[in-house]
Amino acid sequence: MPAHKKKLNTNPPSQAEGFFLALKEKFTGKLPKDCLEIKSLSRNQIETILDLAQEFKEKEARGQKKHEDLKGKALINIFFEPSTRTRTSFELAGRRLSADMMTIAPQASSLSKGESLKDMIENLEAMGPDLMVVRHAASGAPGLIASYTKAAVVNAGDGSHEHPTQALLDAFTVKEKLGEIQGKHLVIVGDISYSRVARSNIYAFCKLGGKVTCVGPATLIPPGIEKMGAKVETDLDKILPHADAVMFLRIQKERQEKMNFPSIAEYTRFYGMNRTRWAALKKEALIMHPGPINRGVEIEPEIADGRLEGGAQTVILDQVKNGTAVRMAVLSLWGRSK
Amino acid sequence: MKMLIKNGHVVDPVAKKDGLFDLLIEDGKIKKWEKRLRVDTVDTIIDAKGLVVTPGLIDLHTHLREPGYEYKETIKTGSMAAAAGGFTTIVCMANTNPVNDNAVITEFITKRAQEEAIVNVLPIGAISKNLEGKAMADIGQMAEAGIVGISDDGRCVMDTALMRKSMQYARGFGLMVVSHAEDECLSGHGSMNEGPVATELGLSGSPNAAEELIVARDIALAELTKAKLHIAHMSSRGSLELVKAAKKRGVSVTCEVTPHHLFLTDEAVRGYNTNASVRPPLRSREDALALRRGIEDGFVDTIATDHAPHASFEKEVEFAQAAHGMVGLETSLALCLKLVQDRSIKLSQLIKLMSANPAHILGLKSKGTLKPGADADIAIFDPNEKWNVDPTKFYSKSRNTPFGGWSLKGKIKYTVVNGKIVYENI
Ligand SMILES: [Zn+2]
Repeated sequence: MPAHKKKLNTNPPSQAEGFFLALKEKFTGKLPKDCLEIKSLSRNQIETILDLAQEFKEKEARGQKKHEDLKGKALINIFFEPSTRTRTSFELAGRRLSADMMTIAPQASSLSKGESLKDMIENLEAMGPDLMVVRHAASGAPGLIASYTKAAVVNAGDGSHEHPTQALLDAFTVKEKLGEIQGKHLVIVGDISYSRVARSNIYAFCKLGGKVTCVGPATLIPPGIEKMGAKVETDLDKILPHADAVMFLRIQKERQEKMNFPSIAEYTRFYGMNRTRWAALKKEALIMHPGPINRGVEIEPEIADGRLEGGAQTVILDQVKNGTAVRMAVLSLWGRSK
Repeated sequence: MKMLIKNGHVVDPVAKKDGLFDLLIEDGKIKKWEKRLRVDTVDTIIDAKGLVVTPGLIDLHTHLREPGYEYKETIKTGSMAAAAGGFTTIVCMANTNPVNDNAVITEFITKRAQEEAIVNVLPIGAISKNLEGKAMADIGQMAEAGIVGISDDGRCVMDTALMRKSMQYARGFGLMVVSHAEDECLSGHGSMNEGPVATELGLSGSPNAAEELIVARDIALAELTKAKLHIAHMSSRGSLELVKAAKKRGVSVTCEVTPHHLFLTDEAVRGYNTNASVRPPLRSREDALALRRGIEDGFVDTIATDHAPHASFEKEVEFAQAAHGMVGLETSLALCLKLVQDRSIKLSQLIKLMSANPAHILGLKSKGTLKPGADADIAIFDPNEKWNVDPTKFYSKSRNTPFGGWSLKGKIKYTVVNGKIVYENI
């Protein structure tokens, strides 16, 4: 805490400062150097992030979009794996916080030409960045990068490990729509094995007092997922009436069809959201998807577009919108805590 | 040349001796030993008071990386690491570049070993040409050139018919067949155990069954072909059960376990620790405990290091990209002495596992014991000296160990090969 405080006092004061100091009281401990995983965050820390995101969202509603939290700070977005949605969300968040920002998308080929990840990060480190946002196809890569840089590293999704800002924006959206996470039941449907979104959401919802059930073909439920706090179910219809929010994960068609289930059609029959299943949901339940969606595979188009009335609603676009506020909160907290 | 080793606590399970003896060595052979030896003239005297004197350790499983990967290890540096760990004979695997799949490479290795190695180096030849698992390597000619067995270690021979034929053929030359048991269709070449830790880390895992399937297959093939089968680096409790049952049926099968599978679990991978990336992967606690029981009840034949040196740039990468394996020659004895310190086994049992048994598996009658007439290959260690594993001090060219910083008890003071001191640390 003292190191934290010293840093703050030497920084030029800004409008978010008072708010930040107030929030800081809520921390049970110092933030980790990097934002790599929900697993190592406390409930208080998660709530602090969500509260700050709420503050940003409210200010935006009042027309106050631009902030100076990261003025004079260098932010590098490094997207080793392409992702339009997450990248633009982080870019917008960085701009709104007045960071000096650049985005690079290293080609896998340049790394294979003998330049290692380590070489590359050490080169970027020479420019003295304050924040690095990293998306990478390999589990653990942001942590490896963090070990080569003094910058705070924010994980924007690594392999099948974690995607912390996605879980935070999901939690934010559920809290916004349902009032709280405590006691709420999140059902995650689909490819749990390869999903970083599922892992981060399991941690986030369990820490916030909710409960999580993972549903999918047995081939896509990884062993020991229960140890992370989730329940497991293979029958979607059995669990749907008990869900407060149902999150459908994207099916990577290329990866799955060979081994994990016989066909997309069969997958959709057992695990897709359709009208019958929609009717079985609680009226106030939320239908979520981290995107990008395969229309007609994970969710029927009419439901995805929210054209059915008088029942559970999709909040997919709310998720996207809240993504900016949540990422602003993360960048602000980690950019300043540095 | 005469050497006298005085006042040492000699442990020789073959000679069934465990007590204070003086040992006389003459012309590279053990001459005699008695409670107190009076010798008029000797060239060298080692005072082994407070030290344990045992037959030199024998490692059935090392990777020396020469030819082809000299930046990781050479025959010379690997042999120095061996000597520092009390090993006097090491068996080196065929996955060099080029692969040791023909007599020219075998001769290169044996010649190099004669010129530069400070311990005995015995090569293993490949089962298949270029380790591709497609066609048989020049097994007979390599046998003439001095290989002691065949193995595609690093790869599994997935073609069962080729494995069968190779075992039959090797039997004709009296060669053992060393199986790297890993169903590659099932394992996905994974270097992480399938289970809760892999799930949490988002790494794809290789299940125990990937190993057990091939152990079961190769035991069946050993029964079919009557070949001498040796299961390398056994990691799963199911494999141990298969080997136990086969031994009880009288199948000619032996097995080894590594110190890392005995003393580490998949928990060691947390933090994406690439030094814990190895195939077969570090398994669960239940597996490690089962292997230790296998050692206690004598079904495990030997502890082998699977010494696998890699340069730091090959480990400072994403976990899934990291080179597999760890160095082990310089930490093996001190780690395994834990079994004695924990009273799991007696010291003489450990020496049997690390010297007498591997000598027997290799068919080396003059090694693995200090009986008069045997080769004067000797390890002398202080069983009580504590030390911290500092990879920067390794004789090996590589530092990839998951045991860095561990505090261990038991330190090699002298290593004697062929009656000559090749390593001393006093
Ligand atoms: Zn192997």
